[in-house]
Amino acid sequence: MIDLGNLTIEKAHASFKKGEFTCRELAEAYLKVIKEKNPEIHAYLEIYSDVLVQADEAQKKFKKGNATLMTGIPLAIKDNLLFEGHIASSGSKILEKYVATYNATAIKKLKDAGVVIIGRTNMDEFAMGVSTENSAYGVTKNPYDTTRVPGGSSGGSTTAVASNMALVALGTDTGGSCRQPASFCGVVGLKPTYGSVSRHGLTAMGSSLDVIGAIGKNISDVQTVFDFIKGKDNMDSTSISSDFYKKNIIQKPVIGIPRDFTKEGDDRVLANFKEVIKKIKALGYTVKDIELPNVKYTVPAYYIVTPAEISANLARFDGMRYGFSPESRNLVEVYTKSRGEGFGREVRRRILLGTYVLSHGYQDAYYNKANAVRRLIVDDYNKAFKKVDLILTPTTTGPAFKIGEKVNDPVKMYLEDIFTGPANMTGLPAISIPSGFVEEEGKHLPLGIQFIASHGREDLLFAVGKKFEAQN
Amino acid sequence: MNIKDVENLAELARIDLTEGEKLSLLKDFDSILAYVKQIEEVKVGETKREDELHNVWREDVLAPREFSRELILKQFPDSQDGFLKVKKIL
Repeated sequence: MIDLGNLTIEKAHASFKKGEFTCRELAEAYLKVIKEKNPEIHAYLEIYSDVLVQADEAQKKFKKGNATLMTGIPLAIKDNLLFEGHIASSGSKILEKYVATYNATAIKKLKDAGVVIIGRTNMDEFAMGVSTENSAYGVTKNPYDTTRVPGGSSGGSTTAVASNMALVALGTDTGGSCRQPASFCGVVGLKPTYGSVSRHGLTAMGSSLDVIGAIGKNISDVQTVFDFIKGKDNMDSTSISSDFYKKNIIQKPVIGIPRDFTKEGDDRVLANFKEVIKKIKALGYTVKDIELPNVKYTVPAYYIVTPAEISANLARFDGMRYGFSPESRNLVEVYTKSRGEGFGREVRRRILLGTYVLSHGYQDAYYNKANAVRRLIVDDYNKAFKKVDLILTPTTTGPAFKIGEKVNDPVKMYLEDIFTGPANMTGLPAISIPSGFVEEEGKHLPLGIQFIASHGREDLLFAVGKKFEAQN
Repeated sequence: MNIKDVENLAELARIDLTEGEKLSLLKDFDSILAYVKQIEEVKVGETKREDELHNVWREDVLAPREFSRELILKQFPDSQDGFLKVKKIL
């Protein structure tokens, strides 16, 4: 029996090399857990039929001697990432049968390295949501309490990792979609610097915010995945190379706490956060208070900028090229019916909202103003990073909430992004790391903390994060 | 916003909505807009657009790209002789 709960990428790699188990045996171990747990948790929408074929191909790399650290590693991918020849539905009915016609750059890099992609994971439709309740294919359940949400939108990926249905997973993060569900599921979630991972083959939501991120049980695994997927790509002109931002050598990073802002958390979160700060200080780090005067406007500005970009990006789904197309009498009806029936409620809501904030007479008051506010938020962080090297906040305002609890109140849902949204609006890298548990109704629910670094400084997130992880 | 605005937006965005949904969306928009409106109170003044943004160009040269024409065609709801087929336009 392979101990999946304590398995890491490095351990698996060492075992493959020593012949303790094969790539196929490891894949089979995960498939067995999936068979037991997936019907209840609903992390995966599909388990690919070629998993064992992929595993055998990976094994050949070990024989030939061209295996990498990722060879044979079982990976789950979010349903909005294109893997050629496999369905990529973005959690939407409008893409129900859409088969990816090419590989996303991140997928290609990982496949070249020999990963075994197990399947595609559930998500809020087109990544719009914070609970995975907006999927056209049913809700995913939190493995710590199945009456609760796993967070979102990468809820399928985080539950797959949390319940040993994959060793690591890819998610995407537009407003917190890797970090918030990682926090709710007790795993690590990384949102890299905007542009550090190519968006080619990621089904677009908010193009000025989207980034592909990694999810794992520990920081080292997440770092490894990030190292394999990052880099400049000619297919995404906003992608950057690892040396794009200058990196000074920092011996002992100084940690900043935006006091006013962190008060948004509930009492249990704030108590946990206090403990975290104590531990950080005990590790010998200097902790400084910082001010981010405009950060409170992040969520309102975000819910103007993002719907605007969504309304443009989702215009391509018109019933013409991606499969879904209900019987219609004329061309316009093809559009209106396909989009009316193919998109779920939250997607329709955001497209219409985006259309509104971009429309004549409202663009200055909403979209242009929100972009100006976004620049002020960027300035706040730039100023803060002159004083400190990392910024620490809770990841979420509370532990996982109940399924159905917020589903009829969009603004309440949107407020879930309060701590995570700023990293997307500014393009900064951030990581959520498990920081403890709270007990509710006899269940232990995970909490997470978030480190934010300046552009390109994932290395600091990993270095300090690992010190904290080892202590916690 | 009123129901006419919702209908107008749905038409611009080419999305069919039922009567019931128009009403419930109107309610949603009222609460969302009331919330996002708080950015009105921010004084932005002259924010300088520093130039982090620049265009990324490439040479305009032909290069082969590997795509499966067959796989792309298979995604179309309707096609004929290797072309995407749409409803009559005029």
